[in-house]
Amino acid sequence: MVNYNKNLQKNLWAGFFLFPSLAGLLIFMIVPMIASLALTFYEWDPLIPTRFHFLGLQNYQTLVKDANFWAALRHTLYFIAGYIPLVMASGLGVALLMNQKLAGRTFFRGAFFMPVISAWVAVALMWSWIFNPKFGIVNYLLSLVGITGPAWLFDPNWAMPAIILTSVWKDTGFIMVLFLTGLQSIPQEYYEAASIDGARAWPKLLHITLPLLSPTAFFALIISLINSFQVFDQVWVMTQGGPAGATTVLVEQIVNNSFRYGRMGYAATLSWVLFLIVFLVTVVQARLQKNWVTYE
Amino acid sequence: MSTKSIFVRAMAFWLLFSLLLAACAPAPAATPQTVIQTQVVEVPVKETVVVTNEVIITPTPEPTQPPEPVEITYYTFSAAPDHLEDLDQMIQHFQAEHPNITVKVETAPFNDYFIKLQTLIAGGTAPDVFELNYENFVTYAEKGLLLDLSPMMSVDSSLDPAIYYPRALQAFSYNGMQLGLPATFSTVVLYYNKDLFDKAGLAYPSADWTWQDAIEAGKQLNDPANGVWGLHSGVQFWEFYKKAAQNNCRFFNEDKTEVLINSPECVQALETMVNMVKTDKVMPGAAEMGGLSDGDLFVQGKLAMDVTGIWMFSAFKDAPFQWDITVEPGMATKATHFFANAAHVFAATKHPQEAYAWVKFFTSNPEMARIRVASSWELPALNNPEYFTDYLTQTPPANRQAVFDSLEFAVVPPVIGRQSEMQDGVNNLLQQVMLDQLTPQEALDQAKTLIESLLK
Repeated sequence: MVNYNKNLQKNLWAGFFLFPSLAGLLIFMIVPMIASLALTFYEWDPLIPTRFHFLGLQNYQTLVKDANFWAALRHTLYFIAGYIPLVMASGLGVALLMNQKLAGRTFFRGAFFMPVISAWVAVALMWSWIFNPKFGIVNYLLSLVGITGPAWLFDPNWAMPAIILTSVWKDTGFIMVLFLTGLQSIPQEYYEAASIDGARAWPKLLHITLPLLSPTAFFALIISLINSFQVFDQVWVMTQGGPAGATTVLVEQIVNNSFRYGRMGYAATLSWVLFLIVFLVTVVQARLQKNWVTYE
Repeated sequence: MSTKSIFVRAMAFWLLFSLLLAACAPAPAATPQTVIQTQVVEVPVKETVVVTNEVIITPTPEPTQPPEPVEITYYTFSAAPDHLEDLDQMIQHFQAEHPNITVKVETAPFNDYFIKLQTLIAGGTAPDVFELNYENFVTYAEKGLLLDLSPMMSVDSSLDPAIYYPRALQAFSYNGMQLGLPATFSTVVLYYNKDLFDKAGLAYPSADWTWQDAIEAGKQLNDPANGVWGLHSGVQFWEFYKKAAQNNCRFFNEDKTEVLINSPECVQALETMVNMVKTDKVMPGAAEMGGLSDGDLFVQGKLAMDVTGIWMFSAFKDAPFQWDITVEPGMATKATHFFANAAHVFAATKHPQEAYAWVKFFTSNPEMARIRVASSWELPALNNPEYFTDYLTQTPPANRQAVFDSLEFAVVPPVIGRQSEMQDGVNNLLQQVMLDQLTPQEALDQAKTLIESLLK
């Protein structure tokens, strides 16, 4: 009984201290999320806030038939297919390199992390110029080796690759930091034991480092997947979905429908469908992880 | 210790640098600027007496009781970036007459303007007065967001509606309500670089030119060695509705019951437009322009002819070559743009009288018109030849008369309630034609289906 009272008191205190952040979460996240779910059954124009028109499932029917939605979904998946393997590989590569005892290691770690903390708008504008078909450095360098570079952001086939490369450049540092912490949590004894058994660098990497990094890799993969389904800033600044709609993505459709076309109900529907997709992908990932993730 | 502090310094430098970059960059829509809408003094306005929809205005405040200070917000796209100082001047004049009213200016570039406006209205922080262009006016009028100014105008003896350019005034009336007062109107003309024409030994463009004449001249003006192009006339919604009209085609009929955008005349007009890039090769495509605007190219002397708005006068003023303008070439007939911007009072403003006072002053006061004319900030939408005489005597360009000649052929843009969706959709289809993904006929067939679905 005394124990129970003590526990209750403890919980009350915890609740008291948690209240400010919980209230914020409730008001700014939970309530709007539920409201947006309700909105998917309505037509609602934020310019006429008092008029709600009940549609039932019509927004969902519209979505299934909406060619713009399917194009945006296709482009988003294309982005993910290019971005995820590249950013994971470059993040891991840089982390392995930065884990060596190199001169100026601290500086380089910071340098690789800088794009992560830079504003997307600045990064996207900078890369727009780097990819500029006339004045950009990429096509200049290509011309030095006799290649006529594509028009990148102005070419429907090359705009998405350019956006993928930009995103990989920006996020490599983030993945690197995750892998670095993963690397540093691997006990040195394993390597010592392997050395005693005569293992060289490559087998050590293959049989000790990579398996023991797999929990980190799993985390990095989930985070990157969730983020990349929501790809938006770089698209909005670099191409605005162009040329000719070649880089429209899901979040961009949501922004257009809600803030430009006044179709908030439909935009909410798009948001919830995006949420369901991300949710399903994450659940599948979590199921699959036991096949490849090794815990110590 | 030392490496660490270098690292910290490097990080700090990078943060600063990226902040700087972000600050220098043209604000993209993804990061709407924070809008600070602080009410300086939160005092309720003097009660307005409403008698059957008529607002009685007290012209002079009682001397014993000084009027309450009021701050109103004016949101505009056309003032930035070239005319902010002119707008400040106008506000100073206004405040000299209305010392109790403070006008706070907020701006956004045209491309981001409407996203921000919609968000402000939805968020309950709408500006008291805002600017709309004619194309977007209907969207806002349909939704009942604009205050009907007619009741205030009808009891206001100091305002004679006849002072407005009738066509511009009429454009902003909707179902018998005057939902805004026209501030400016403008059109699009053909700019040409005289030096390049002289160098090629060609006669200057004239008002009776057709596009065929312009394209032929463009071919001779093309100078790839120096990166000079013959002409530019954008392949986009606004240029297309106008060129369609030059070929006697409209996007839809008068009462919007029939969509005509895929009729042969429209297809032919679009073919002429895209062929300037594709077969005639007198105009740079998007990749060849490399992210520069046609205005950039013209002012750098890389473009012999440019079809753009008269709002570019001030931007081209200091170009290091001789230039002039003329009426845009036509096809089967002549057609030019009619663009008008008006100042509107938000329907739910707390300060309707003060807002009306500003709208009226801003659009009709002679001093405003003079400031506008002096800075070539489009044309005041006033029916007074006196201002236009001042306008005509300024140079460059020498042939300012072409502005008024152009307005004789002015065609208003096609406007529907779901305007942004129509513009985005048509622009997307036009880009697909430019990229050879669709033929002009296919694109316009799809445009017809799109517009029909938006009109439902």
